[in-house]
Amino acid sequence: MNVLEINDLVKHYGQVRAVDGLSLSVGQGEVLGLVGESGSGKSTVGKCVLRLTEPTSGSIRLGGADITHLSRRAMRPLRRDVHMVFQDPYSSLNPRFTIERIVAEPLLRHGIARGRAAGERVAAMLEQVGLRPEMRSRYPHELSGGQRQRVGLARALILEPKLVVADEPVSALDVSVQASVLNLITDLQREMGFSCLFVTHDLSVVEFLADRVAVMYLGRIVESGPTARIFAEPRHPYTQALLSAAPVADPVRQRERRRIVLGGDVPSPVDPPSGCRFHTRCPLAYEECRTREPVLADPREGGHPVACHLVTADHTPDATAAR
Amino acid sequence: MSLLRITDLTVGFDTDDGLVQAVKGISLELAEGEILALCGESGCGKSVTAMSVPRLLPPETTRLSGSIELDGRELTELPESQLRRIRGKDVSVVFQEPMTSLNPSFTVGYQIAEVLRRHEGLSRRAARDRAVELLELVGIPLPARRVKEYPHQLSGGMRQRVMIAIAVACSPRVLIADEPTTALDVTIQAGVLDVFRDLRDRLGTAVILITHDLGVVADIADRAVVMYAGRAVEQAPVDELFARPRHPYTLGLMRALPSAAVNGRLAEIPGLVPSPLSDPDECAFHARCPRAQADCVLKRPELVRQADEHLAACFHPGGPS
Repeated sequence: MNVLEINDLVKHYGQVRAVDGLSLSVGQGEVLGLVGESGSGKSTVGKCVLRLTEPTSGSIRLGGADITHLSRRAMRPLRRDVHMVFQDPYSSLNPRFTIERIVAEPLLRHGIARGRAAGERVAAMLEQVGLRPEMRSRYPHELSGGQRQRVGLARALILEPKLVVADEPVSALDVSVQASVLNLITDLQREMGFSCLFVTHDLSVVEFLADRVAVMYLGRIVESGPTARIFAEPRHPYTQALLSAAPVADPVRQRERRRIVLGGDVPSPVDPPSGCRFHTRCPLAYEECRTREPVLADPREGGHPVACHLVTADHTPDATAAR
Repeated sequence: MSLLRITDLTVGFDTDDGLVQAVKGISLELAEGEILALCGESGCGKSVTAMSVPRLLPPETTRLSGSIELDGRELTELPESQLRRIRGKDVSVVFQEPMTSLNPSFTVGYQIAEVLRRHEGLSRRAARDRAVELLELVGIPLPARRVKEYPHQLSGGMRQRVMIAIAVACSPRVLIADEPTTALDVTIQAGVLDVFRDLRDRLGTAVILITHDLGVVADIADRAVVMYAGRAVEQAPVDELFARPRHPYTLGLMRALPSAAVNGRLAEIPGLVPSPLSDPDECAFHARCPRAQADCVLKRPELVRQADEHLAACFHPGGPS
C-alpha cells in the first residue's frame, strides 16, 4: 500500500489556484521529487499533506486513512507518522529552546517518552544525524546553517515517521554543507526506510536523491516517472526546458548545449491559460493546445505519464529543435 | 592596460567582538569587456571585495586599505562627493533582490530616467525616451507600456531586467552584479544571463559577477577568482579552471555538486570556515584539506603562477591532469 495517496487535490487561496487538480502517490520507502518553479504550487502540496492548510477539494490518504478534512484533534495522533523539514533552518527552530528540547518536543507532545528516557532517545538521534553530544545544551543561534538543518532532520525523524515532507531542505545551504546534508538524508533514508516527498526547484538535487520525479507547472503535474528516465528522455516540452536551462558546471559542455529559452513569464495562477497551461510559453504549441487541456497519461506501453498533446504513441516532441 | 586594478585590498569591519577581517589583501584586474566571476561560499568576502569599488560599505565601521584604480584613477582616496559621480555612471551595481532594490512608489520609467537626468543631464522627455530604449535593450516586451508601470506589476525576472536597465543607463565601464540570478527561476535565469552577455558584446561593458553557482560561472564568465576566508585561493580562465582545478578547495567545491556524485555519494568538505576574528600565518584551508601537510601550518601560501594565467595559493597544488 502506498504511504501517501493524493487524488485530484485542489487548493485555492481566494482567487489563487495554487494547486488545481493534482494526483500523486508515494510508495513505501520511496523518495518522490516534486519539482517546479516559484508559484507552481509545489510547497502548497506539502502543506496540504501535513494539513498545515485545509485542501479545497480532492483527497489525501496517509497510510490508508483519509486525512483531507480531519479536525485538528482527529489529526493529532496521525502526526506521529508524518513530519516536515523546512527550508530555512534559521526560522524553523525555536530560538528559546535548547537543541535537546527542540528534538525532544515530538516525544513530549505525543506522550511517548519524557525525562531520562527522552534524553536518551534525543542523544541517540543526534548521533545519528552527526551532531556531537555537547550540542544538546546549545541554542540554535550557536549553530551553523548545516548543523541547524541536522537538528531539523533529528526533530522530524525522532518518532520514526512513515513519511517525511522536505520542502527545499538544502536550498539555503552552501554547496559544501549541502553535500554533507544530502549524504546524511540518503543514509538516514536507507537506515530508517521512511518515504519522502522532496519538494524542490533544484533538478540536480532531485537527480541525486529521488527514485521518482513529478514535474509541476501552474498547479498541475505535467510529467512524472522514474528519475533516470525523466532525466534521460524528458517528454514534456516544459521538462525539456527546465533540464536545458539548469547550467552545468562544465564550461565546454555548457557552452555547447542547446538551450530552450522560454518566452515570457509564468502566467498568474489567478487566471491560468486555457487549454494546456504551458501553451503561452511552449515553443511547440499549436491550435489544439490553446483550447483543449491535455490529460496526464502514458500514450505508450511501458513509458511514463505526461500531459501533452504532442506526445503520442510514436512521437516525442523536441523543444530544443524549435525556433 | 586593465580597466580596473585592485591591489592588496584589505577590508575589515568594527564589531562588538572586535575587528572582523572580511577581505585580506586581495589583488585582481579586470579588462575591458571581460566577465570576471568572483565565487566562493557565504562569508568568503566576494561581495565585500566588489562593493569596495563603488564603496557601498557602511562608512562608520569599515576599515579599508589598499588601492582601487579605475582607468588609472585612484578611487579609495576620493571624497564621497566625487565618488557619487562615479556610482551609477562609471561603476554600477545590480543587486540580488530586485524586489527590495526598486522603489515601490515610482514607475520603473521614472527610476530609470532618474539616473539619466542626474548623471547625463537629460531633459525629462529625453530621459523617458531613453528609458524605453533601455527596457527594449534588456529584453522587456512592450517597453513603451512597461515604462509606465510600477515594480509590483512586474514579475521577478522583469524586475531584475529593470535593475539591469538602471545599472546600464549611463553605459558604465564596470557593472557589478551581486548574485543577479539567485532569486530567479532557472528558466528565467538563462534569459537574464543572456542580457549580460549581450551588453558585454554590444557595449563592451566589463562585468564583475558575484556568484556561488559554479554552473553560472561555467556558463558566462571569461575568468574566475575563487575566494576562501577573505583571500583569493585560485584564479584562472574559466576553461582552464574547470579542466584543471589546482587548489583543493576549488576541487572540493566542484566535487560537492550533486551532479558530481560518485556511486550515490557526494564528496563533502569536512569542518568549518575559520573565524574571521583571527588570522594566523598558515593556510586557512589546512584543517579541512585532504592534501594538508606539516608545511601548511608554518606559513601562509601565496598566490603563485601554476601555468599560463593560472594562479593558486597552495603548497601542494594538483598537477595538470
